[in-house]
Amino acid sequence: MTMFRKPRVMTATQTHYCPGCTHGIIHRLVGEAIDTLGIEGRSVGVAPVGCSVLAYNYFNLDMTIAAHGRAPAVATGLKRANPDSIVFTYQGDGDLASIGMAEAVHAAARGENITIIFVNNAVYGMTGGQMAPTSLPGQITQTSPSGRDSALCGFPVKVCEMLAQLDGPAYIARVAANSPKNVLAAKKAIERAFRNQIEGKGFSLVEVLSSCPTNWGMSPKDALGWIDSAMIPYYPLGVYKDTSRKGIE
Amino acid sequence: MTGPILMKGNEALAEAAVQAGCRYYFGYPITPQTEIGAYLAKRMPEVGGVFLQAESEVAAIHMLYGASCAGKRAMTSSSSPGVSLKSEGLSYLAGSDLPALVVNVQRAGPGLGGIQPSQSDYMQATRGGGHGDFRNIVLAPASAQEMATLTMRGFDLADKYRMTAMILADGTVGQMMEPVLLEPAQPLNIEKPWALTGTQGKREKNIVTSLYLSPAELEGKNLSRFARYALAEQNETDFEAFCMDDAEICLVAYGISARVSRSAVSAAREKGIRAGMIRPITLWPFPTEALRQAAKQVKQFLSVELSMGQMLTDIELAVRCARPVTLVSHVGGVILTPEEVLHAIDHAVEVSA
Amino acid sequence: MIHWSIQAEYCKGCGLCIDACPKQILRIDPDVINQKGHSPAQMTDVSRCTGCGFCALICPDCAITIAK
Repeated sequence: MTMFRKPRVMTATQTHYCPGCTHGIIHRLVGEAIDTLGIEGRSVGVAPVGCSVLAYNYFNLDMTIAAHGRAPAVATGLKRANPDSIVFTYQGDGDLASIGMAEAVHAAARGENITIIFVNNAVYGMTGGQMAPTSLPGQITQTSPSGRDSALCGFPVKVCEMLAQLDGPAYIARVAANSPKNVLAAKKAIERAFRNQIEGKGFSLVEVLSSCPTNWGMSPKDALGWIDSAMIPYYPLGVYKDTSRKGIE
Repeated sequence: MTGPILMKGNEALAEAAVQAGCRYYFGYPITPQTEIGAYLAKRMPEVGGVFLQAESEVAAIHMLYGASCAGKRAMTSSSSPGVSLKSEGLSYLAGSDLPALVVNVQRAGPGLGGIQPSQSDYMQATRGGGHGDFRNIVLAPASAQEMATLTMRGFDLADKYRMTAMILADGTVGQMMEPVLLEPAQPLNIEKPWALTGTQGKREKNIVTSLYLSPAELEGKNLSRFARYALAEQNETDFEAFCMDDAEICLVAYGISARVSRSAVSAAREKGIRAGMIRPITLWPFPTEALRQAAKQVKQFLSVELSMGQMLTDIELAVRCARPVTLVSHVGGVILTPEEVLHAIDHAVEVSA
Repeated sequence: MIHWSIQAEYCKGCGLCIDACPKQILRIDPDVINQKGHSPAQMTDVSRCTGCGFCALICPDCAITIAK
């Protein structure tokens, strides 16, 4: 009996991600959710601009690429035009929390029945490691060479905390892809975010804390450790909103 | 539908979109096109369609992108400053070969400008209006009736050529009320095997993208797109010739300027001046050949436009500067009067003589 | 009996599986270089593998298959 193998919905293509980058894990979790829920034929994905711009190469799904940050608007159009589709976006922190903040917040506020996988690795990966809206105070990046100075460029955006304040979303959770235990929790959250859409519950977003060994200048192992030691304290894991829990709705 | 109905141009456009089978409208309020959204907010639910007020012009056009990806007829509308915001979406729609209908009911610019009518987005519309090499089919209605008929045509052309059809109206045509006859539309039914409907496990996946990292592949995409544009130029160029049979002075005007010019040409004819008008109905493709032919006959062209000679450039290109082209214009929201245009015709006659 | 296998061509040699393995029975195979230039992970003692799947869970490249 096979216990672990690549999800059926994923293509045989090797990913272009750097060694140890956890995008690959998060792709797999999306694939596993689609496999488990049996929605391969109905699913339509929206790739962002950023490292995961080529995500469409890795899934046997109908997909498009949105302009930078516009994935939630594109997903809104796809879902409204074809409500039977299961529509998801896969977006990084620059895409969702900086240039696409308006689209993300308003899709959430409208309670669009879509699923957003938000990958937060605290840096602009594809362009070579610039400061992101989620870069931590003091974090050294190409555009914050002395460390992110909050007096100069403010503070990181806590997307889950912010969106959880809105009435629109059904499910907002933050998970991490840095240990087998956390990956299992992430798997449950991502599956939940897709299941919510099938059940018509509305906007679901899962933020996944992810590593960028290349631009953080760390080994893959140390990068996972940095998620534990630096990112999780600033971005606590957990379910920030869940309207299907008793006492909330 | 029975006889003509008195409608605002913007409302005629909105109803025509519904008649053309459009069920998805995404927009953001801006004067002077707000009636389009207001009309469709009521109308779309009646026909099982979707009206969605977006958070921005940018989001609205990307929602349109999404609905078009799903293979559906969809539209967005705005006015000049809002269309600048949509330029990103126009580029992505073109790069992804998606059909779309985009409406610009122009107001005066640049910047916030004013809310009065203008035609100063001519270059933006006819050159694509975003980054990269691309074109939109640009239709220029000159009446409430044409707001309807050109919108229906626009949806068909967008589907046929997999590109954006833009209705380039102006505040006057959008706001004025006229009788409109809404003939039952027979929308072209074009298969969209590329649409993102989910594979349903029955076909290979579809990818809608404007990303091509191989220069050779991207060049190929651009070239095949321009081959399609060439077909549109060949088949879809449209214009109206008014009193051109023996004309010596040719006015070129579209939209509200054409209405004014028509009166001026008639007045000139009454004075015995052989004036005529070529009214582009498609601004892209531009009626280049018609103007080239006219240049063999007329002594002078007048570009009558509510902009600073934007269309004049296209006339000069069309006639290869074989005849002088004079600008007759107002900008900033000021509209030309027939008397002003007639005066320009008189002056042209003097110069020609 | 656990069947542990790796598609060496997919492995980027990041080593995350090695750190995740509770039995410490994985290593980088220094004698192999795949087409992308990476030395892939290797099972050293499958008899001690419990099939916990931690290696597969943390593998970013879906390179590991585990069967019982």
